[in-house]
Amino acid sequence: MVNLSFKIGNLSFKNPVITASGTCGYGIELEDFISLEKLGGIIVKGMTLKPREGNPYPRMVETPSGMLNSVGLQNNGIEYFEKHIYPRLTGLDTNVMINVNGSTIEEYVELAERISHLEKIPAIELNISCPNVKMGGMAFGTNPVTAREVIKSVRKVYSRILIVKLSPNVTSIEEFAKIAEDEGADAISLVNTLLGMAIDVKKMKPSLATITGGLSGPAIKPVAVRMVWQAAKTVKIPVIGIGGIMNEIDALEFIMAGATAIQVGTALFIDPSVPCKIITGIEQFLVERGFEDYSLLIGYINKNF
Amino acid sequence: MAKLIRDFKVLNNTKITQDYFILELVSPEKLQNLMPGQFVQVRIDGSRETFLRRPFSVHDLDYDKNSIKILVQIAGKGTEKMSKLLPGEILNIIYPLGRPFSEPNKGENILLVGGGSGVAPLLFLAKHIKQLEINPDILLGFKSQQRIIETEEFEKYGRVFITTDDGSAGREGLVTEHPLLLKGKYDRIYCCGPEAMMKAVVSLAKSRNIFCEVSLEHLMACGIGICLCCIVKTTRGNICTCTEGPVINANELLW
Ligand SMILES: Cc1cc2nc3c(=O)[nH]c(=O)nc-3n(C[C@H](O)[C@H](O)[C@H](O)COP(=O)(O)OP(=O)(O)OC[C@H]3O[C@@H](n4cnc5c(N)ncnc54)[C@H](O)[C@@H]3O)c2cc1C
Ligand SMILES: Cc1cc2nc3c(=O)[nH]c(=O)nc-3n(C[C@H](O)[C@H](O)[C@H](O)COP(=O)(O)O)c2cc1C
Ligand code: FES
Repeated sequence: MVNLSFKIGNLSFKNPVITASGTCGYGIELEDFISLEKLGGIIVKGMTLKPREGNPYPRMVETPSGMLNSVGLQNNGIEYFEKHIYPRLTGLDTNVMINVNGSTIEEYVELAERISHLEKIPAIELNISCPNVKMGGMAFGTNPVTAREVIKSVRKVYSRILIVKLSPNVTSIEEFAKIAEDEGADAISLVNTLLGMAIDVKKMKPSLATITGGLSGPAIKPVAVRMVWQAAKTVKIPVIGIGGIMNEIDALEFIMAGATAIQVGTALFIDPSVPCKIITGIEQFLVERGFEDYSLLIGYINKNF
Repeated sequence: MAKLIRDFKVLNNTKITQDYFILELVSPEKLQNLMPGQFVQVRIDGSRETFLRRPFSVHDLDYDKNSIKILVQIAGKGTEKMSKLLPGEILNIIYPLGRPFSEPNKGENILLVGGGSGVAPLLFLAKHIKQLEINPDILLGFKSQQRIIETEEFEKYGRVFITTDDGSAGREGLVTEHPLLLKGKYDRIYCCGPEAMMKAVVSLAKSRNIFCEVSLEHLMACGIGICLCCIVKTTRGNICTCTEGPVINANELLW
């Protein structure tokens, strides 16, 4: 048997495959296709204190090897989650994590504090990189001063595992990775979507109601791999790689670039059972190549090239 | 009903006009129960142009053969590729998806209104309604005589009325100008077609106080309720048309 488990701080994960926020609902929606307990973890959809309607339709458009979305953090808010969803997730033997969002630092802090009372949520992912909201989101995560401030403030009230999700829409990913580490994040995850845009030429109008949106899928993978590689060389905390992962080969690419774990996003839309295939695929690769522990592959490229 | 991902086999691919074809697909096992209005998500291939799945309504099915039919209009790259599928080829689908049309009561007067690829879910619905011993009226709108599809099939299940924009067959004009919609006595109207048509039908049905359901064709990424891309604004807020639709009650729409 090969080892696929790892830790962030004191939190154990049974394997490095996690479903990405905004692409797996509350996790429950995937239950027809996979057993959630097989996963390393689930990051439920972007949450805010109050319910949010999100952006108008159309909110998505297919683009070459990917898609643009402008969902804009539609969610029912923390209260709904506590009442209706949390009880259904607490029995699960996997790490259920919440993606935390706010329009102001106070909102981020209040939400993080409230989640800290949910015993069965061992970690939060602080989303300072959503490109689809006017207030907050990426505005925080692309400015070093506000990024630092929001991470610092949340860290003060949240003592469990804090993952900070970084935006690729910056010139130096190293700078933001370092800020997260300095302010006490337990891990960083990257990348969120790349800001993009598409025009319906036949209709002569923007494809999305918001004009711009976030690009995801294999189209962004090389950019994401590069950023994970740069970030992993810069910080000592674990890096979680995200961006266009469709199969175990893609997952291993991120791991070799320095990721301790990976998240599967858009691929779930095409094959909601894909996380389990990725887990088995990684296992097989290790067996075939004679590695006993996947951690031997983390940052393989940095060590050898 | 649990959603499944299955490799269906193409039994036949029948061209019906220049732009339309019907695929009959066989399940590798006993076909799950499906209701009119429900849809399937088809994976075309992994190429860069047809990256996401494509949604199609169930047009007809046969539990003895474990097969479903989908009626497809060639609309772009994905449907173009599908039109070239050969018998024996495999098509991966996720099904059953979405909420079906609501069930009519015995003895009710029913009108089905469709146009373009919107006729797809209505055939299965007409067949189902006929099994409830109701003969629905079926009003179908097309651009011209050359564009007419599937009317013989519909005739098996009810009285068929046709409009064409240019008057080359049936009554000239739009379905919403047809006396059936303007004056017909119905308990329920079920509609699927271009959005402009559905909007007009919804407003007529509302003004005449007739129960009306429409099947929406919103852009979808996942089809299973995890991306929140397919929403429509309703009296209940934004709802996903893939899980709470595609069939929506006219009174809930903010059209
Ligand atoms: C619930 C539902 C049921 C449908 N049932 C049928 C049916 O029975 N028969 C039929 O011919 N068509 C049906 N459609 C429309 C069909 O899904 C599109 O025509 C098809 O996806 C076009 O794919 P393409 O690659 O050929 O076009 P492209 O324009 O190349 O597609 C690009 C992207 O836009 C999406 N898209 C394009 N047109 C539509 C549309 N009208 N609705 C939704 N998404 C679209 C595609 O899925 C794809 O993601 C249905 C749509 C929905 C949402
Ligand atoms: C429809 C959609 C909704 C998303 N919602 C969120 C969100 O709420 N919070 C967040 O941090 N990231 C969100 N993301 C970004 C993904 O979690 C992920 O970072 C990104 O899509 C890149 O990975 P992928 O290429 O594997 O999808 C969303 C992405 C998509 C496509
Ligand atoms: S298409 Fe993804 S939620 Fe409806």
